[in-house]
Amino acid sequence: MTRQHVHPVVRFLVAARMPIILVVLVMAASLSSENFRTQANLINVVRQVSFEAIIAFGMTLVIVTGGIDLSVGSMVALTGVVAALVMRAMPDASPVLAIGVGFACGIAVGAGVGATSGMVIATFAIPPFIVTLAGMLMARGFAFIICGGIAVHELPEQVLSVGAGFVGGVIPVPVLVMLLVYAAVATVLSRTVFGRSVVAIGSNEEAAALAGIRVGRTKAMVYLLTGGLAGLAGVMHTGKLMSGDPNVGEMWELNVIAAVVVGGTSLFGGRGTVTGTLVGALIIGVLNNSLNLMGVQQFWQNVVLGAVILLASLADAGLRRLER
Amino acid sequence: MPCRLRFANISKAFPGVLALDDVSFDVAPGSIHAVVGENGAGKSTLMKVLAGAHRPDGGTIALDDETVEIADTGHARRLGIATVYQELHLVGDLTVAENVFLGRWPRLRGSGLIRFDRITEETERLFASLGVSIEPRAMVRNLSIAQQQMVEIAKALAVDARVVTLDEPSAVLTPHELDRLFDVVRTLAKRGVSILYISHRLEEIFALADTVTVLRDGRHIATRDVSDVTRAGLIHDMVGRPVDQEFPPRSVAMGDVRVQVMGLCAGEKVRDVSFEIRGGEVLALTGLVGSGRSTVAKAVFGYRRATSGTVQVDNLSGPFRSPREAMRAGVALLPEDRKREGLLLERPIRENITLADPGVSVRGGLLSLSGERRLATELMATHNVKADSSERAARTLSGGNQQKVLLGRWLQRECALLILDEPTRGVDIGAKVEIYEKLNVLAGMGLAILMISSELPEVIGMADRIAVMCDGRLTGILDNSTRSVSQEAIMNLAVAHQS
Repeated sequence: MTRQHVHPVVRFLVAARMPIILVVLVMAASLSSENFRTQANLINVVRQVSFEAIIAFGMTLVIVTGGIDLSVGSMVALTGVVAALVMRAMPDASPVLAIGVGFACGIAVGAGVGATSGMVIATFAIPPFIVTLAGMLMARGFAFIICGGIAVHELPEQVLSVGAGFVGGVIPVPVLVMLLVYAAVATVLSRTVFGRSVVAIGSNEEAAALAGIRVGRTKAMVYLLTGGLAGLAGVMHTGKLMSGDPNVGEMWELNVIAAVVVGGTSLFGGRGTVTGTLVGALIIGVLNNSLNLMGVQQFWQNVVLGAVILLASLADAGLRRLER
Repeated sequence: MPCRLRFANISKAFPGVLALDDVSFDVAPGSIHAVVGENGAGKSTLMKVLAGAHRPDGGTIALDDETVEIADTGHARRLGIATVYQELHLVGDLTVAENVFLGRWPRLRGSGLIRFDRITEETERLFASLGVSIEPRAMVRNLSIAQQQMVEIAKALAVDARVVTLDEPSAVLTPHELDRLFDVVRTLAKRGVSILYISHRLEEIFALADTVTVLRDGRHIATRDVSDVTRAGLIHDMVGRPVDQEFPPRSVAMGDVRVQVMGLCAGEKVRDVSFEIRGGEVLALTGLVGSGRSTVAKAVFGYRRATSGTVQVDNLSGPFRSPREAMRAGVALLPEDRKREGLLLERPIRENITLADPGVSVRGGLLSLSGERRLATELMATHNVKADSSERAARTLSGGNQQKVLLGRWLQRECALLILDEPTRGVDIGAKVEIYEKLNVLAGMGLAILMISSELPEVIGMADRIAVMCDGRLTGILDNSTRSVSQEAIMNLAVAHQS
């Protein structure tokens, strides 16, 4: 009823506000800091973002269904430790095989835990917040239990090239993986029947069910996917550190959710894009990095990040009201 | 003539719409004044202006010949303007008395403690004056809808009211409860309170009101004594043109039995329901709200678990265990509550209209958005959905257009049994006739149609046979091939178990 009077340029600016903010941020940081605009630093920013971004793409789907997954940070630790243990248990195998099996086991554990949470959520209609809170505690606990509380070392050296290596000498491996996952998840959400079901469930679960959509199965699938992606990030992180450390991934769930929210996905469900999440993750990464380079204290960085999340949500709420 | 309430040149615009355009009329003290109009005519906006929820852009409101600037809803209440909205705003886990004084609990001096004795007494007094008996200490959650509505009215009256607005109060009431509501309204009017009564149901206006005001497209069309108007005249004023045929006739040769439901049970709500529908036949399923009609629909559709009984659609037999299974057999369900059960309100028409079968637009493994847009545009044209683009959010459509989107969603599929639950609720008269015509066309194509409806004129005007439910049981099926079943005959079956 109301939108026809909005000028197309204004509409474009509103729709593209987050990418515009990202570009402005990058330009401002480049102008104010020589160290920021070096190629090495820019690549570093993206690499730092990549691990959490990989998880955030899955989290976008979870949040679009109207859910949440708090267990992803613990899952990074658990899957990383699992992968490390498996690799260490295969000292006589070729490194490539050991790494392949180790990674596969880590990712499978992530997907398995995610699928379990998803099925509990779908079958018993317990709020995802509670189910994944339980999952978060249990996954963290098991991460410590299975390695006896001591980080797992003595991994094949080649594993470092997965976590910290480069493709073609320029693109970090995690960044390449992130881009591939981005393309895949974005396509799934916007161009498949499954993705359409995800949106429909978040928009109106009852209407979706009455239109023949398999709500339970779809929900279980998004948690499975997110768990698997947390596993992927976890095993690569183990590669980067050359150890399976049960302490890693603390607070990652919140950073991941922050990236999704800054990217414009609604926590009420039914609305969100994977591209938005990529932009959100980059905005947070650029902010952190440039504040670091400017020598801003960590405490203040937290304040700034909190303010950014709040402002992004306020802008979203304001726009929604305007649309009505 | 004394004037309790005067609307003078009230205007109110929202972005893109002029909701109220220079509306003026008077309400006399002690008058029961009906306000009618189609959806979007401006009734709700006018009520909200009066209740202080909206500020008018222009014009004035006068109470007892004194111009008032209503600042907010609290101010309106202090002025003696009470509003009972269609949706009940009660807290289920508080008592009746606590709800009546919600937010205005009298306190023990200097403390935060509520004086429960006072609110209980006052509530008792209020109910006594209305001639209603409800226990003030009962939990609201445990009351019937009709009782809850009385609590809502008592809440409105807890402040001495000069004007009481009732917005569509009858939608959820049984005939008996409606009589009680009418008694309460008349009692209030006799005490000199003016009543603004908003309703879709013209019968009620003739039974209750002394004056009627018609709004259309935000404008005031007429204010007349009810004794001076006819049903056809009112409809003419509401629609803006004569409606000669509310219920278009249908001449369809009926085919074989396509749907057979035998001994269907679904928990306590549906007990031993059996009926059959032929191809080309419209079977109406009616009864009071809560009699189990919608549960029958959902059990046939596999959304509610059938505890026993069988369902057969053409050659496939159920009971179906999921909507998908029912859909495979060619069953389609247009639910009662379009917004809650049917539409993705924030999503575009395209996604809504293709929701039951998004796979048809898959090309090479991926959804083709252009193909989808084409399909959606085609379906919108076929079903006469009025919107400038398939990318409009479903929320922006009128009730009639939303219903047509849902029809489009289901009719794009191969369909044997079409179940429509209250297909014309909240739909304008013009769009209603379109939906009836569509029903006739579908019956002509040989579909079996199950139409659930509370609107008896609609049931009698459209159905070949009328099945009536009471307390989860089917109490009778009436032959209506001559469209001449009486409303009394239906009501007798609808309350068969209650008397």
